[in-house]
Amino acid sequence: MPQRQSPLAISAYTVTCAAGRGVDALAAALAARRSGLAPNDFSSVPLACHVGRVAGVEDTPVPAAQAAWDCRNNRLAWLGLSQDGFLDAALALVARYGASRVAVVLGTSTASIGATEEAYRTLEDGRFAARFHEPLLHTPHSLAAFVQAVLGTRGPVATVATACSSSAKVFAQAERLIRLGWADAAVVGGVDTLCDSVLFGFNALQLVSPDPCRPFDAARRGISIGEAAGFALLERGDAAPGAPRLAGWGESSDAHHMSSPHPEGLGARLAIADALARAGLTADAVDYINLHGTATPANDAVEAATIAALFPATTRASSTKGWTGHTLGAAGIVEAVICLIALERGFVPGTLNCVDPDPVCGPQLAVANEARAPRIALSNSFGFGGSNAALLFAHAGAA
Amino acid sequence: MSALAVRVAGIGLWGPALAGWPASVAVLRGEAPADLSTTQKPSPPLLPPAERRRAPETVLFAAQAAVEACAAAGLSPGELPAVFGSAQGDIAITDYMCATLATAPFELSPTKFHNSVHNAAVGYWTIATGCRAASTALSAWTDTVGASLLEAAIQAHDTQAPVLVAVYDSAAVGPMADPIHHDCGFAFALVVDVDDPAAPGPRLVLEPLDGAGATEPDAAWARELRERNSSAIALPLLAALAGTTERRVRVAAGPGFVLDVTVRP
Repeated sequence: MPQRQSPLAISAYTVTCAAGRGVDALAAALAARRSGLAPNDFSSVPLACHVGRVAGVEDTPVPAAQAAWDCRNNRLAWLGLSQDGFLDAALALVARYGASRVAVVLGTSTASIGATEEAYRTLEDGRFAARFHEPLLHTPHSLAAFVQAVLGTRGPVATVATACSSSAKVFAQAERLIRLGWADAAVVGGVDTLCDSVLFGFNALQLVSPDPCRPFDAARRGISIGEAAGFALLERGDAAPGAPRLAGWGESSDAHHMSSPHPEGLGARLAIADALARAGLTADAVDYINLHGTATPANDAVEAATIAALFPATTRASSTKGWTGHTLGAAGIVEAVICLIALERGFVPGTLNCVDPDPVCGPQLAVANEARAPRIALSNSFGFGGSNAALLFAHAGAA
Repeated sequence: MSALAVRVAGIGLWGPALAGWPASVAVLRGEAPADLSTTQKPSPPLLPPAERRRAPETVLFAAQAAVEACAAAGLSPGELPAVFGSAQGDIAITDYMCATLATAPFELSPTKFHNSVHNAAVGYWTIATGCRAASTALSAWTDTVGASLLEAAIQAHDTQAPVLVAVYDSAAVGPMADPIHHDCGFAFALVVDVDDPAAPGPRLVLEPLDGAGATEPDAAWARELRERNSSAIALPLLAALAGTTERRVRVAAGPGFVLDVTVRP
């Protein structure tokens, strides 16, 4: 088991998703149980499903200095950076610590593949049109390269692309860099945008729900795909005493299957156990769990049984994908921010669209919203390839 | 201070003129010619023959180098956390996905879709080796070698235990060859561990350096190979590991961010 580690301060955070642009908007949508899901109007040919599309991405070009990298994913990154005063906070952080002492670690599943798809739809004599010749439009690293250029950092930089655990794992990578002295602070987060690859890919796997996703409902029929951008600033605890904490993290691999979870949730259990050990906590200290809860039959059955086995009945647990859709590589940061909203605003979001909970669910499942004051929150993220991450967050006064 | 010292417990390598580490040492030292005209197809013993035939090129290259590094370290692959890095991921699958989506999106292969994730290679690796430790898949575009090496050294110090790092890229296919100039596969892998004075193996000391340029390869063939596959940017580091004297190699790890690596073979 890993040793307990010092909590880090999360001195700023923001999120932009279908349910809201900025933290206040998402918190209001959560409180009002107002979903961001709507009939799919995005894919290049019609596909009957619901999506969590962010309004206005098309109208938000990237800064002129990064015009060569203009694409939907970087537009959403820029839109996301521009909320909640986050860009100013990040630039102030870089000024305070120095450009070489701030790491940028961001997660994505498909990055700017939408631009590559467009290049293939508009081939000229079998070749990319000139506007698609920029190599940085066609690499998974387009996201972190863009954000690093916007912020002007000169420290460690990487894109984590482990499917749906990507922007959870960035917290672990950044925490290690800070603890081992390679950075004083980090910009973490993730961005994924709607694209044909994921809509038709999940459709091919028969994992897309025709109606809005219903996590943990007995009659759930699959995911609704969403898009989102989210970011957070990590610093040592004493730099921001009143800020919420990253208390621990855990990572593991299922070693089971490329697109199905381990049937006993072995990898998930390992990640949760590691996160608890690093935070110096036991399961009964966890007040709220934001579940991965994708609404696929397999994920929710395994995750529900895992939570029921590991946590006391007093722990509250919910999936918020009924509000946001499954934002894939951005799910980690979106749900990290929802945990921070729960901790800082004193409420537990329920599980939107879950009407008749699957009998496998334990007493932990919160279906309705609950007025509570959680102090410790856990976020689960599981991805294709059996990639698991668990993050523990704490109220400033609880760590 | 932040200097990270690690012991290299095992090395693996696969690419044009570089079929395995022992066979490559003389080439990297400049003592044997480098024939870049052909690349032997990797055939990692880890995968069953049927899987080997079906597996994407990146999976084969990454697993080939990773198997060799673990065997040289005398460690079971299933025990090691794995850091896999690739500038582009599997370009043949990207080409298939985008070409199919442009013409017949409802005919997309579900298997190709789940193989299209950037962590497909490390996913297959953990499944084949039974690895339940942490695994990750990174890209830092042309800085992927440095970013992956740093992450592996950081993880080794975090856990005080060995970590596998594999960096690989594949040949560009179809229209993707316009923006991405890869025309061959290449992979290398290291098992890095916290230093143990009693244990064998080369040593690396990583220190951050602001603003210096990366070390250029000495040999013309290495400069050529670097242009043909982003992961071959590792060749100056690999040449230093193959050498006989202490050297310092600067490895690009990000814009304005370079790893100053002291290599003691």
